[in-house]
Amino acid sequence: MANVLVVAEHLDGKLRKVTLPTITFASQAAALTGGEVHVLVLGNGVDAVAGEVAKYGVSKVHYANSPVFENYLAETYAPAVVKAAQAIGATVVAAPSSTTGKDLLPRVAARLDAGMVSDAIAVFDDGGIKFRRPLWAGNVLTTVEVVTPVKVVSVRTTDFEAPAEGDAASVEAFDAGVAASETAEFVSFDQVKSERPELTDAAVVVAGGRGLKSGENFQMIMDLADTLGGAVGASRAAVDSGYAPNDWQIGQTGKVVAPDLYFAVAISGAIQHLAGMKGSKTIVAINKDADAPIFQVADFGLVGDAFEIVPALTEKLKSIV
Amino acid sequence: MKILTTVKRVTDPDMKVKIKPDQTGVVTDGVEYKMNSFDEYGVEEAIKLKEAHGGEIVVVSVGPSAATKEIRTAMAMGADRGILVETDEDLDSDAVARVLAEVIRRESPDIVVMGKQAVDSDRNQTGQILASYLDYPQATFAYSLEVADGWATVGREVDGGTATKRVKLPAIITADLRLNEPRYASLPGIMKAKRKPLETLTPSDLGVDTANKVNVLLFEAPEEREAGEIVEDIDTLIDRLKNKAKVL
Repeated sequence: MANVLVVAEHLDGKLRKVTLPTITFASQAAALTGGEVHVLVLGNGVDAVAGEVAKYGVSKVHYANSPVFENYLAETYAPAVVKAAQAIGATVVAAPSSTTGKDLLPRVAARLDAGMVSDAIAVFDDGGIKFRRPLWAGNVLTTVEVVTPVKVVSVRTTDFEAPAEGDAASVEAFDAGVAASETAEFVSFDQVKSERPELTDAAVVVAGGRGLKSGENFQMIMDLADTLGGAVGASRAAVDSGYAPNDWQIGQTGKVVAPDLYFAVAISGAIQHLAGMKGSKTIVAINKDADAPIFQVADFGLVGDAFEIVPALTEKLKSIV
Repeated sequence: MKILTTVKRVTDPDMKVKIKPDQTGVVTDGVEYKMNSFDEYGVEEAIKLKEAHGGEIVVVSVGPSAATKEIRTAMAMGADRGILVETDEDLDSDAVARVLAEVIRRESPDIVVMGKQAVDSDRNQTGQILASYLDYPQATFAYSLEVADGWATVGREVDGGTATKRVKLPAIITADLRLNEPRYASLPGIMKAKRKPLETLTPSDLGVDTANKVNVLLFEAPEEREAGEIVEDIDTLIDRLKNKAKVL
């Protein structure tokens, strides 16, 4: 059977939302391969996560609880994914193009003697199964084919909708039979706790650039984001200058976001930044430089001083939203 | 300590690439090339490791003969010798990893530090595939690296925060942007680099079949966004967001 295996992601005992668009990708791929969508959940105490993911129109969920999977390590997860893929006869293995997916899947691909597609934005049949993916910071789209029987794909989750909930699929324990790694150890995960929505899930993103001149000045970006219930992002220049933490970075080398509304404040719009936000539905640019490239992609642009515009905009929006 | 690092020759990321009319690739005439920016972090970290622990830095590139320029740049920064595995083919990450795995089997470095992704193909795969083929542990997206007692402790950039992982050497480390501040090559460094040994091999010298597992069939330009509107003031902006874009 030419099934599709999705590797689920979870955090703090809950399914990570990036798994859902990955299931949509998998359903589209399964329609082409004529197989079923199976989901693999690895962890320690992931019964609830398995139950949660079972509601999203998949055929079967396999879960493995083991102290070995307590914390994510490519060295222990990769052999488990390989075993599951072989057990269910998967010809496509997919995961979100998150940092975990990017770390894990190439290792899985090598072990399955499979070609891998990174950041797939579409899957379709064109004389065989084909994928579309961006390169050169999103300035080029390519159509690629994987010539190996098994295809491994990381999915750019901003390009697929989440599936609707439906009848729960069957959930089965899976014996991965993986021993602890002797060459790799998890030490710690320092989570950035935030009241704000996760950057890649948020409907509104407000991002600041180097033009803000200091970390303190990011406060007005946060105020605008909080007024709209949005997430806060930053350009690479702002992160490099130490104004914003690295996990706020949007762009080719950071996160890819596609919210309904994106505010680029004091961001010039370098190619590498545009790669991370060009898919946003509505883009607003606020910049004092009328020639800034960001205005070429913005639906609405306001030329002026961000230090005056943003607080005034936030005040006016408070009475509206 | 023997440190191996890799460099890829890529198109200048600040230049906008153009697609050939027949959609088989991108235009290369008149295009400037440079070392992949993530590889600069890898080379810099290799130099820092050598400064702290002594030893030798081997820099490897898999690419066209012109990639000797990027190898010399790495040597000018501080790498001791270079290996070019010459090929004019556009290899996928798996093929590059198979080539590098063979070089690493010959060289037996203690640690491999390389970029997390190339800014042209944006695949972010080679280090991980390489680690798998060599059965080495991996620490990707490194923003900090400390080596002691045969293990590396690596701070990693991950979604939602940072993670720390320890890997037993030999291991593959892939560099993220905050790992260090790559140095510029000095003029004496550039002069010295010209005399450093550079070995040129081919994939067949290494006994590697470079057949791709992933083929690119078509190159297209993404849909351009339609030109937007420059609004006069905040009230107009709010009006447009409410009534035109309907996002408020």
